Order: sequence, then structure tokens, then C-alpha cells
Amino acid sequence: MRKKIFLGLILSIIILSLTSCSTEEKETLNVLNYDIYIDKTLISEFEKENNVTIKYDTYSTPEEMYIKAKAGASNYDVIITGEYMIERMINEGMVNKLNFDNIPNFQYVGEQFKNQPYDPNNEYAVPYFWGTLGILYNKNAVDTSQKSWSLLWNEKHNQRIIMMDSQRDSFAAALKLLGYSMNTVNEKELDEAKALLLKQKPLVMAYITDGAPDIMINEEADMALVWSGEAVSAMSENENLDFIIPEEGSNIWIDAAIIPTTTKNQELAEKFINFLTSKEATLRNIDEVWYSTVHTEALKEVNEELLENHAFNIPNEDIEKMEMFRDPKEFIDLYSKRWTEIMADKID
Amino acid sequence: MKDKTKYFSYPYIVWIVTFILFPSFLVLLYSITSKDSNGVTTIHFTLENYELFFKKMYVNILFDSIWLAAISTVICLLLGYPAAYIISNAHISKRNTLLFLCILPMWMNMLLRTYAWMTILGNNGLINNFLGFLGLPKLNLLYTKGATVMGMVYNFIPFMILPIYTALSKLDNKLIEAAADLGADKKTVFKKIIFPLSMPGVISGIIMVFMPAVSTFIIPQLLGGNKNMMIGNLIEKLFILNGDWNFGSAISIVMMLIILISMSIMNKFDVDKEGGARLL
Repeated sequence: MRKKIFLGLILSIIILSLTSCSTEEKETLNVLNYDIYIDKTLISEFEKENNVTIKYDTYSTPEEMYIKAKAGASNYDVIITGEYMIERMINEGMVNKLNFDNIPNFQYVGEQFKNQPYDPNNEYAVPYFWGTLGILYNKNAVDTSQKSWSLLWNEKHNQRIIMMDSQRDSFAAALKLLGYSMNTVNEKELDEAKALLLKQKPLVMAYITDGAPDIMINEEADMALVWSGEAVSAMSENENLDFIIPEEGSNIWIDAAIIPTTTKNQELAEKFINFLTSKEATLRNIDEVWYSTVHTEALKEVNEELLENHAFNIPNEDIEKMEMFRDPKEFIDLYSKRWTEIMADKID
Repeated sequence: MKDKTKYFSYPYIVWIVTFILFPSFLVLLYSITSKDSNGVTTIHFTLENYELFFKKMYVNILFDSIWLAAISTVICLLLGYPAAYIISNAHISKRNTLLFLCILPMWMNMLLRTYAWMTILGNNGLINNFLGFLGLPKLNLLYTKGATVMGMVYNFIPFMILPIYTALSKLDNKLIEAAADLGADKKTVFKKIIFPLSMPGVISGIIMVFMPAVSTFIIPQLLGGNKNMMIGNLIEKLFILNGDWNFGSAISIVMMLIILISMSIMNKFDVDKEGGARLL
């Protein structure tokens, strides 16, 4: 009997504590960002300066972010994500227009990052970082006389190749190698890319996101498909590593901050975006995330060593050959269906 | 008196309804409805999600998961039974320490423990460095099916040891003495007395290892390198990447059915109808 009463009490307490709201009056800001994509001290600094609480939440792929935002897991106020997802969210009416009077730092964003197809009139998004996709490799193990995506299909590196567990990026490499657009919705082209990725699967050591730089630094693999910032951070820790952007062309992406319609405090959210895109914050973030900056003033103060790194200061002749991801709208299923089938394929 | 105490069960009922029954109902509902072109789930009943599952590829993933989970369970049993036996026979002063050591790793987050194995199994990890030191060729250990099985055995073996230990420590010593008095040798005592009486623990152990093993997704992802998809990975991908909650739910329901069926089969073997195995 006593046990039952005790159990009842405990359960009631648990339920009560779950349902009771906190009585604090502090404003909160719900922020959603990639993993490892900010200098975290900036968050506590903003909290202190403005006497607010920031609930910081992370995700690993834009697709995951979209599901989180769409399912209403939380009423996000600021989301930082990739351009093709922003385009999709704008099309679906999930993004608020910004009041740029509250975001004066927007003026420092480089002209080449403004008026991009995902936000042609600069109404919704404030660019945060930009970068590209390429191959991080070990100079002692890989012969890169041919700067081609076909390196990732080279049988000499059986079980020494790291691929990304990200459908658009993996398909981008395969589609570019075939000479197609990375935004294709042509099923025949996608089937060819799928066949190519299936052919590659036995050679692949692992499909991962975020862990590739560590594996490369420890020289556990010969090469990895990575984003440019991952390459910069890995190269700074192991001098045997280098980065190439294949000649067939690659992807140029811009990650930007948006305010979704779920926000309850647009003004504070705009203030946070402005804070995050200031020169000081940008310089501190560069030291943490290593991606190329969109901030023209911050770029002038980046150290020499970083400016000489072609994964950070990406050469113009490479940029010219790059293509930006577009939102494939309902055709995204053509990609995800094929990617699931590739991942589900048995190799032995 | 009885009328009053009944109220104390209310929080429990509320708990079950909100956190178990209602979500399960939603999963079931998703699994038998379809997504319209805007990606919004409308109440339009269909069985196409289940039909889709019976494509060869998905069924193969299911069999593969069951196979890997079964291997892990057998290894857990082979390693866990002797461990439980040793602990239950240890001197009382040592017994608690041994049990404590067995539970100790569970204080740490499972993710961290699994990450630790990555540094042990890696191409330049502890094992391969040691092999290199001995002048032996390196082995490909990480990102293989073997690594996945290893991770599952390592993570779930306490769930095998503990119920078996409980069953063994309840065992009446007089029975063993009586058997010995009647001339049974040690082997016979184990075969005829100890093992049959510890069956309830073994059954609980098998269920408690097999269930999380068959549905895990983080271990094949971290240690298997995402190359051999298990059914848990497929469900995760469908929910998180494809946003296809309907198909994902259908697979979850199939999973639940398989677990229920395997549990009821296991219960048939539960000889004395006692012990922790009576989950169903």
C-alpha cells in the first residue's frame, strides 16, 4: 500500500514539474544552427548584454533542419541554413521579411552575395558564411595531377575514401563528374548518377557528416568529400593535407540567417542577426568555423596565413565554374528516394 | 480503503495514455494514411506504405537487422552467462564490487562510449598500433559489420548479465547440495539444476538485448560507417531526411509487431511462468 502511495506521489510530482511553466520573465530566443557553426561565447555574450535567454539548437543537414522547423518542434526565432532550403522555405511561406533598419551590418555583406536567386531582392536573408564542396586529400597518398571528381572513384583508394551522408552533396559530385547540372530533375541523369554512386559504394570507408576532418587529420583515410571550411580546419592541424576543387566545377553555397514565421519576437531576432554579422563576431566565428566570410570589412583583417589558403580564399577561376543549389521543389523526392536506395544497398 | 487508493493510479494512467498509447496511435494512424503532394498528411486511408515495405530491398534490410541483432544476442549470452555465474558465486564482499563494475560504464553516455570505440578500432587506433608494434599487418576493423556487432555487444551486455545474475542468486543452494549428494557430478548439476532454474533470467536477458539491438541506429551509423543500413537507420532516414513519416511509421509498426511476436515466442520457453520474462 505504502509503495503505491509513494509511486503515485512521485508520478504526480513528475507530471506537475513537466507541466508547470517557469515563472521567469526573461525573453527567450530560439536559435537553430548547424553543429559547430558559431563561436559559442558569442551566445552567452548576447544573453548578458540584452538580458535574454537563448535556446540554442543544432542540426546536421538542411533536410533535418527543414523537418525540425516544419514539424514545429519549437517556435524558432532565428535559423541559419543553406540557400536552397531558404528558397524552399520562402516558397512555402515559412519565412518573415526582415526589417533591414535593425540589421545595419547587412551593408558589409559583399555584393557578390547579394541578390542571389534564393532571395533575389534581399528581403529575407542575411548571408552568414559561404563555401564550396571539394576533396580533402593526403598529399602522400593521392596523386592529384588530374583535378577531377573521378578521384573519389579511384580503386587504388579502396576503403580509404570518406563520403558525405548528405544527398545533395553526394549527388553533386556524381552529377558534375557526368557533366550534368547538380540541380537536374531529369530522371535519366539522376539514374546515371545513382549508378555511379552505387559503383562507388564498395570503395567507400564510411558515409559521415562532421567527422571527416578528424579522420583525415589522423590519416585514417586518403581523401574525403568535404565542405571548404572543414578542409581549412583539417589543413591547419596536419600539413600533409590539401584541398582541391575539381575542374568539372563544384557547388557554391551561402548559409544565411532567416527569421521563420514562428517567431514571437522579430525585433530581438533581428538584433541577434545583426550582432552575429558584426565585424567582431564574424572574426571570432572565422576562428571557430573556418569558412569563407561574406563580410567585406572582416576579410581585410583576416590573417595572412588564412588568406593564402585556397580553401578559405577560394580562387576566382574556380568560383566561375561553380553552381549554386536550387530548391528542386517536389522533385526533391527524386533525390531522396535514390539516396535512400543507395544507402540501403547491400555491399556484401 | 480500496476506493481511495485507486486515485493514486491516476497519474500512472495519465502517463501511459499521453506518452505510450497516444503516440503509438499516431504512429499507427500515419502508417495507414498517405501524404498529399504538398507534403501534408491528410486522412486518406491506404495500405500502400505497407506494400512499399515488401519491396525486396527493405525486407533485406529487415532480415539483416534481425541477423545482426541475433548474432549480438548470442555473443552477449555466451559472454554474459559465465560472467553472471562468476558474480553470483563470488564471495559476498566481492559480489557488490563486481556488479558495480558491470554497471559502471552505463553511467556514461552511450554516444561517448561508442565514440571511444572509434579510436580503438580505427586504422591508426589502439589495436592497429599494437599490431604494427608487433610487426603484424593492419586490420580493417572500423566501419565494418563486425564493428557494429562489437558495439552492440559492448553496449547491451549489462542487460544480459543482470537478469541472469538475479535468477542465479535466487537459486536455492540446497538443491545443488542435494543433487551432489545423489551422486551428480558438477556438469550434471549445471545441466539439470542450475541452467534450467536460471532460464527466466536468460529469457529476460535475450529479450532485453535483442530489442534494443534490432532497432538501434546510432551504432551502425558510428561504427558501421552508414554502409550497412539497419532497420533503425532506415526509419531515421525516412523521418529526418525524406520527411516521409507515413512510410517511416509503417516500418515502425512492422518493427513493433516483430518484437511482440518474438517476445511471445520467448515467453513460451519460460518454464516456470515467473521471473522478469513475463512482459507480455
